[in-house]
Amino acid sequence: MTTHDFLQVGLYLVVLLLLVKPVGSYMALVFADTPNRVTRFGGGVERAIYRLCGIRADEAMGWKRYALAMLLFNVLGVLVVYLLQRVQPWLPLNPQHFAAVSPDSAMNTAISFASNTNWQGYAGESTMSYLTQMLGLAVQNFLSAATGIAVLVAVVRGFSRRSSLSIGNFWVDLTRSTLYVLLPLSLLMTLLLVSQGVVQNFKPYVDVPVVQTTSYTETVKDAAGNAVKDAAGHEVTRETPVTTQTLPMGPAASQIAIKMLGTNGGGFFNANSAHPYENPTPFSNFIEMLAILLIPGGLCYMFGMQVGDRRQGWAILATMLVIFIPLTIALVAAEQAGNPALHGLAVDQHASALQAGGNMEGKETRFGIAASGLFAAITTAASCGAVNAMHDSLTPLGGLVPMWLMQLGEVIFGGVGSGLYGMLAFAVVAVFIAGLMVGRTPEYLGKKIEAYEMKMASLAVLLPCALVVIGTAIAVMTPAGVAGVANPGAHGFSEILYAVSSASNNNGSAFGGLSANTPFWNVLLGICMFLARFPLTIAMLAMAGSLAAKRHVPESAGTLPTHTPLFITLLACVVVVVGALTFLPALALGPIAESLMSGH
Amino acid sequence: MTAQTQAASGFSRELVLTAMADSFRKLSPRLQFRNPVMFVVLVCSVLTTLLWMQALAGHGEAPTGFIFWVSLWLWFTLLFANFAEALAEGRGKAQANALRGSRKDVIAKKLASADRHAAITFTPSAELRTGHHVLVEAGEQVPGDGEVVVGAASVDESAITGESAPVIRESGGDRSAVTGGTRVLSDWLVVRITSNPGKSFLDRMIAMVEGSKRRKTPNEIALTILLAKFTLIFLLACATLLPYSIYSVQAAGIGHPITLTVLIALLVCLIPTTIGALLSAIGIAGMDRMIRANVIATSGRAVEAAGDVDVLLLDKTGTITLGNRQAVAFHPAPGIDEKIMAEAAQLASLADETPEGRSIVVLAKENFGLREQQLEAMHAQFVPFTAQTRMSGVDFGTRQIRKGALDAVEKHLESQGSHMPPLVKRMAEDIARRGATPLIVTEGSRALGVIELKDIVKGGIKERFAEMRKMGIKTIMITGDNPLTAAAIAAEAGVDDFLAEATPEAKLKLIRDIQAENRLVAMCGDGTNDAPALAQADVAVAMNTGTQAAKEAGNMVDLDSNPTKLIEVVEIGKQMLITRGALTTFSISNDIAKYFAIIPAAFATTYPALNTLNVMHLATPQSAILSAVIFNALIIIFLIPLALKGVKYRALGAGSLLRRNLLVYGLGGIVVPFLGIKIIDMLLVLCGLA
Repeated sequence: MTTHDFLQVGLYLVVLLLLVKPVGSYMALVFADTPNRVTRFGGGVERAIYRLCGIRADEAMGWKRYALAMLLFNVLGVLVVYLLQRVQPWLPLNPQHFAAVSPDSAMNTAISFASNTNWQGYAGESTMSYLTQMLGLAVQNFLSAATGIAVLVAVVRGFSRRSSLSIGNFWVDLTRSTLYVLLPLSLLMTLLLVSQGVVQNFKPYVDVPVVQTTSYTETVKDAAGNAVKDAAGHEVTRETPVTTQTLPMGPAASQIAIKMLGTNGGGFFNANSAHPYENPTPFSNFIEMLAILLIPGGLCYMFGMQVGDRRQGWAILATMLVIFIPLTIALVAAEQAGNPALHGLAVDQHASALQAGGNMEGKETRFGIAASGLFAAITTAASCGAVNAMHDSLTPLGGLVPMWLMQLGEVIFGGVGSGLYGMLAFAVVAVFIAGLMVGRTPEYLGKKIEAYEMKMASLAVLLPCALVVIGTAIAVMTPAGVAGVANPGAHGFSEILYAVSSASNNNGSAFGGLSANTPFWNVLLGICMFLARFPLTIAMLAMAGSLAAKRHVPESAGTLPTHTPLFITLLACVVVVVGALTFLPALALGPIAESLMSGH
Repeated sequence: MTAQTQAASGFSRELVLTAMADSFRKLSPRLQFRNPVMFVVLVCSVLTTLLWMQALAGHGEAPTGFIFWVSLWLWFTLLFANFAEALAEGRGKAQANALRGSRKDVIAKKLASADRHAAITFTPSAELRTGHHVLVEAGEQVPGDGEVVVGAASVDESAITGESAPVIRESGGDRSAVTGGTRVLSDWLVVRITSNPGKSFLDRMIAMVEGSKRRKTPNEIALTILLAKFTLIFLLACATLLPYSIYSVQAAGIGHPITLTVLIALLVCLIPTTIGALLSAIGIAGMDRMIRANVIATSGRAVEAAGDVDVLLLDKTGTITLGNRQAVAFHPAPGIDEKIMAEAAQLASLADETPEGRSIVVLAKENFGLREQQLEAMHAQFVPFTAQTRMSGVDFGTRQIRKGALDAVEKHLESQGSHMPPLVKRMAEDIARRGATPLIVTEGSRALGVIELKDIVKGGIKERFAEMRKMGIKTIMITGDNPLTAAAIAAEAGVDDFLAEATPEAKLKLIRDIQAENRLVAMCGDGTNDAPALAQADVAVAMNTGTQAAKEAGNMVDLDSNPTKLIEVVEIGKQMLITRGALTTFSISNDIAKYFAIIPAAFATTYPALNTLNVMHLATPQSAILSAVIFNALIIIFLIPLALKGVKYRALGAGSLLRRNLLVYGLGGIVVPFLGIKIIDMLLVLCGLA
């Protein structure tokens, strides 16, 4: 890594950490049980919403009722987005006259956006009408993020409340997340993005003449769309000149703001944050990266405040950083070191005044190695999934990092809300092991961890792991699964593993290379996304319900402190060891094999 | 190996042999099913055996010898696990057999009423029911649990407690309980039977030591869930490896897919077999340690709760201080020679058979060489302690010597037309403030001085309390003394708090208050008036010498009737949890090395480049896999002594304890298998098995 790379990573972390406390304190006020200056400020709008929707804001929900409300609301969301895609040709704001989306793709996309995954099998600028983008996808961007935050707040109440049957009110938590957190931040973010040149309009696409005419080789197809073959069985091709270029337009900035802030990651355009209209400048890139980890980081601080011990929040954040920083450095270093296949050839891969050096394949020149590597680490650490470079083109070890960050269960920051409650599930497991080793029935934040909590935490940790390994197995055994693979050998395996890991951890980023908009992949990944999101959420709510009902155990010298470097190390070890032990065999057949072979 | 086991935890050859036989008996799938981890190993062992048979038939997926060795060591893994459990159970079983020996049916002398001279019917002990009265005479065995209603006798309780010195059992008071199976040595007792056949203390004790009623404790259940989770993860990771491998072979165009044998070997190595194999042994051994400490717990749950205790309630007398107060100094009144005062004090105490009285005589002898004098020779008349005078003493000739508490003596002096010198009174009050008890000695109407009687705090108890504090356990002393005295002793003994002038109600209230703060309370007691508090406490140790009511109310019985044992009970409880945690950590940490052994070997034909991961430089893919499997089995045997003895417990704060155990069992768990697998691999090469 160059000094310049270190400075970029360092600057990012400093700015992020400076923002953690203000954002966290603000959210603590938003979700406080007692009225305060924030909730009083928006109280009028809030009450109007409750009246309009017939919500009884003072209803205290048990975990089952909370989970049911959450589930019904999201299933409804899936249906709405599905229908919207299917009937878009007959609805307004469709200047490009896009046809109805196919049933499997529409189903996949609907689940994808409701589960905060935002895996995109489709290409936005050639599939979705402006109305679908705004009313379907952008709305789900808000609501899935708000659901994540709501569930987290409920889980935290499990720890902070004592002998309580209720973990809060889903509708209130949902409304407050959207109204006080996501909307204002999105507004600010949209303005910043527009200032950098991100498009925000309802214009039809614009055709412009290209500066330099180029041509490409096109496969000749017959009327049925099949490739025409010559006598020898080869596909017939022809050179096609390119004289004009279509520039996509649309209300992009507003959607990109929430795509980052809500760790959604579903791009307005197919190229996602690599597209110049989504992410035009290094500064827009910086604020997009910042937006991804802003809320997950702030939630850690809010968690500390709500359980009455800020150190607990810092400890969780520190655990995330302890894993995040080395992996980020590993990724950037691997990219900066360049392509191992080119070592020993007459290729200069060193950074100099004239070149970025390293492996620039699949990266945007306006971002370079560090900003691309950092973005890749951030987007997979958080379950965002937006990309500003092609992960398929990362070096084998560079590609291993984002893949593994997802496989760790999306708990290193993770999705808004979901990352932290996932991490709390790991903390429960860590506390259990640690508690045994100090000879006491384990306690976390004053709540005894017993068989029921272990069951739920284990389920939460197990589920994504199981989905990844089983989903990958199904894909590699099925001709339809293998059909989409672009590259042979270990890299092809990585493409499949990455796609399933991304869906099963609700990340949504694509390695690329895999043609996933087929009925097989749409259905497989759709199931993975749904199962990874909702059963896990319900398990965490069940744990919260059980914890909230428990009494608080006072601290003594025999209580294991959970804010010390020792506990941070232990928690990080548990996360890493579970991730390593589960995925090492699979990774060995993908990126590790590829890396070891490319060096020879 | 067996020799080592034996040396480490004192197992006889016979126990080991029985355990070996039991290891095979425990292979029954019905028993294995209770432990998800070992059940998976059983299924894997059967599968590899079938694969071996297939190989013998000439359709082997791998060399026959290789499958044979893998299969054999998988069976060993199971047997070793069974052996650990059988060994842990062995000692309890032996003790249960010994106890059964003492539960002979005897012919009891059943009385028509609670009167020694009532009509006697000879009834087999098995037909005695609650409420029957029996007569037990010298040389006879007590036919069942009961309470002495008439009489006093010395009883040999060695069958239950192992203590050969006989104890006194008498009607009334706190020493009225007798246990079936014990033997009356002298005199006679009329006993009211308090238990029906099959429900006696001896029956319960046999069930406990045998472990026949052993159920999984809450913590064990939670741990089993965690282990099942890990097993499931590894099951999925290994099972899906087959399709991955098939795909990779197709994609790479070379090599063979991973064989089932290797896949099964990998699975067994990865799932937490070490802790899975030793989990029940740890629990049984924990109970066994209790039994060896001569504490009978009514459930494993109670032992576990002991590890969680936050507050210890300890009776002052007998636990913190030696049973009785002792004279430590004579403080003469002004103008009185200390020797004269000591002599008077000695005379006043000669006939006083209480321990306090004896200690005054001893002190006088030690300090001034005053020999005991014969009261009869002096024609002295002993004045015993009465509730009215609250003094005792001796009259001979014209001399009237008395000793008593300050207020009693003050009254006595006033009745003699005298008064208490202010200086003596101040001395007495000073002594009281120090936590000691002043006794004023008078001769006639003159106060001679003050004897200082002191509670003697047991040696080493202060250090124990300091350890408790480090462990986060608060100690509270319970005493009937006044607050002043109590405070002084509490300070000397180093307890955190005290409850003075304690009544049974105050004790019960204290426990409830502590529990309301969600803390766990442990206490011990022996009297019937302790029973409500014992029933309320989370961990309640009843003294074996105590009443039947106390024994029923507690969840543990200390056969030695030593209240200090409570501290040991807490340590055993903690030790049991720590051992579980340490071995779980060790088990999971082991997997890292096993991956480095097996992954390169498993995919050697498809991706030879993966051999870079073979950091141990294991000889061949087969020896690598076999070494990992053998290590995985042998480590169980090596850890049996640790599981049975428990991890050495140190009284440290939670943080330091965790750091220590993580270093030893976490880091150790990572390093040890690298060495172990390498050594086994080298041995395999030597044996030509590589």
